[in-house]
Amino acid sequence: MITLLTDFIGELRAAGIPVSMVEAIDAMEAVKLVDLGDRSALKAALGATLVKNARHYQAFDVAFEVFFAHHRNIDRGEEGSSGSAGREGGQSNGQSGSQSEIDDLVEALFRAIMGGDTGALEAAARRAVEELAGIEPGRPVGGTYYLYRTLRRLDLDALQERLLEAALAGIDEDDALDTRLAREEVDAQIARLRQEIQDEIRRRLVADRGRQSVARTLRQPLVEDLDLMHATRTDLTDIEDVIEPLTRKLAARLARRRRLLRSGRLDFRKTVRRSLATGGVPMDPAFRKGRPHRPEVFLLCDISGSMATFARFTLQFTYAMATQFSKLRSFVFIDTVDEVTRYFGPGVDFNEALGRIATEAEAVWLDGHSDYGNSLARFEERYGSEITPRTTLIVTGDARNNYRPPRAELLDHVAQKARAVYWLNPEPRSYWDSGDSVMGRYSPFCDGTYEVRTLRQLEHFVEHLAVPGHLSGRRQRTTQLLSPDSR
Amino acid sequence: MDQVQSNLAQSNPTPSNLTSPVLASPARVKEALAGQDYLADDRIAQVVFLAAQLSKPVLVEGPAGVGKTELAKALAAITDRRLIRLQCYEGLDEAKALYEWNYKKQLLRIQADSDKEWNQLEEDIFAEEFLLARPLLEAIRSPEPVVLLIDEVDRVEIETEALLLEILSDFQVSIPELGTVVASTTPFVVLTSNNTRELSEALKRRCLFLHIAYPDTEREKEILLHRVPGLPEHMAIQIARVVRSIRGMDLKKAPSVSESIDWARTLLALSIEHIDERVVGETLHVLLKYQTDIDKAAKELGGVTTIE
Repeated sequence: MITLLTDFIGELRAAGIPVSMVEAIDAMEAVKLVDLGDRSALKAALGATLVKNARHYQAFDVAFEVFFAHHRNIDRGEEGSSGSAGREGGQSNGQSGSQSEIDDLVEALFRAIMGGDTGALEAAARRAVEELAGIEPGRPVGGTYYLYRTLRRLDLDALQERLLEAALAGIDEDDALDTRLAREEVDAQIARLRQEIQDEIRRRLVADRGRQSVARTLRQPLVEDLDLMHATRTDLTDIEDVIEPLTRKLAARLARRRRLLRSGRLDFRKTVRRSLATGGVPMDPAFRKGRPHRPEVFLLCDISGSMATFARFTLQFTYAMATQFSKLRSFVFIDTVDEVTRYFGPGVDFNEALGRIATEAEAVWLDGHSDYGNSLARFEERYGSEITPRTTLIVTGDARNNYRPPRAELLDHVAQKARAVYWLNPEPRSYWDSGDSVMGRYSPFCDGTYEVRTLRQLEHFVEHLAVPGHLSGRRQRTTQLLSPDSR
Repeated sequence: MDQVQSNLAQSNPTPSNLTSPVLASPARVKEALAGQDYLADDRIAQVVFLAAQLSKPVLVEGPAGVGKTELAKALAAITDRRLIRLQCYEGLDEAKALYEWNYKKQLLRIQADSDKEWNQLEEDIFAEEFLLARPLLEAIRSPEPVVLLIDEVDRVEIETEALLLEILSDFQVSIPELGTVVASTTPFVVLTSNNTRELSEALKRRCLFLHIAYPDTEREKEILLHRVPGLPEHMAIQIARVVRSIRGMDLKKAPSVSESIDWARTLLALSIEHIDERVVGETLHVLLKYQTDIDKAAKELGGVTTIE
């Protein structure tokens, strides 16, 4: 058991879930207390001790299924013979599922779902995999291949139709609410069946190839490690949930506290409390801390074609930031710049705002290809006078300028006036300054340049944000060399 | 299994008062919680059981209104312990969370004893009788075991979290003038978080983690039947399904379990027997608290989306 647990923890770490030594020990202690035959209890125990972030549950689930599938197979073997739909030991060769057999199987599934019989559903799903997936031992294909194969031969769409028909039978057609509810119920059942089939395939793969290798093929990047440049739509929804806590943190970092001791009002209670050390004579007055400073943030986002997915993400970030900063102004640019702050007012739906920016904002001046030089010129011309020593400017973009003049001196002008300038670039650092990228021309004028391709890197930026004090005299501009990859 | 447990008890020198019979197995935890009208699923019961056996705090995370605070209250009820609650907020400090010297009383003492030697006086005024215990210290000092609820821990600044660490791992508080106060009984600590910000690794490491999501329709139905006496079963099923449907939409604030309970009560009070679009349209404001959300949900449920 200890070896198994150690391997399991190793797998979690490999998948990116941070598991500390203390947590590993806790897990061992917890496992001692649970009934090992009870898989869900074991899972709860391991989940509570090893995974401390709800976002990591998915990766944990997959790893758990792979590592602790063995017990279940044995359980199910006994159960299957008594299960109503499980007809074991018939055709084990998956290739030869004839049409009548498939119909028979679909009928079993249909009855199991209608009857709400979990055991029968599991048994039928297992039979489906056995007969339809045609798993070939040793063949190096992923689980999705077999899943697709099983589902295609099973014709789930038809099954879904049938279930829906049955569910709608007793319902008035005009009752839109009931119809909607019935559809959702069917969808949920089908999703469960899919899950069941997927689990079964996974179990078989594990039996065939061993845990470690299956775990490796199933490993998917955690939300925070997804490459934002190539994120899909579902990824972006996952990301949405993570962004908000992050912007809150950023807000806290940027809100420079007034450090001067004697800046607030006298705190009478504390003063008297301190005076006790001097026998009741108030020699050391205490003051209330000043309220945190409300920072002013200007966000400048490249929304050109090469940045499409990333732009969606940055705008999402902007949207989340708008709720945190009272003085946030956002700008978008392609070859000229336009302010979009007004689209992110309170109570605005994000997708709606996005739509309006796409149609209404004037980010294109000439041809719709990125032109950082011209955008900076327009930015300085129109908004330059509003930048104050309290303003933090954050630029997001790949600095791919289509071989146009970068006009980096303009960024210098802006940076002179602002409190700080940060540049977030979604490209790997090694690509910077290759081809038409002019990152190197801008970086001398930034307080920090960061490679931000994943949420983890964004978090890194937020964590390491050292806000230069405005009294520190000459600004020091250094390129941030520390990135998560180089650590 | 018995042997394992006795080994554990020996290796654990902290005073363990968590051997309350209701915490002896997950099944009993579940049963006892149900007796307090708290329907726990297996995972919740399992984690509570482990927390009791391992003497570890539980960090409960999840969206607002899924019963995180309720869990702590129910735990206090089943173990017959006093509930001490520390509500966290931005700006919470040591003086509000841990302890504070009662300076008024100290001043009086100084004045009353003005003829005494200073050294002696100093010893006097930093004694326990001048200490005002705030929730955390109170939980530690309590002679009988308590349930300590640290509510919405994500609201305090990350620096303030450090205040909690000593308590969470060692069940003790260090007071510079007085020394270390060690718990005489192990409190059952429950922390809740709405996940508005990431908690520090140090805090998470010390806790067992329990994520409570919205319940599935089956469990929500059970909860409704339990919490709303007189609600017919078919209504409970329908309510659970409508609520699931609404939670699936992209809303600012999805309806919580407490809101669906409120809704069930409303429908019961109006003696409605069947939920249709009109009923939903008229009572949606019980479930949703933003006008934009209400409009959106009403539009989507109201049959604008037709079936193909």
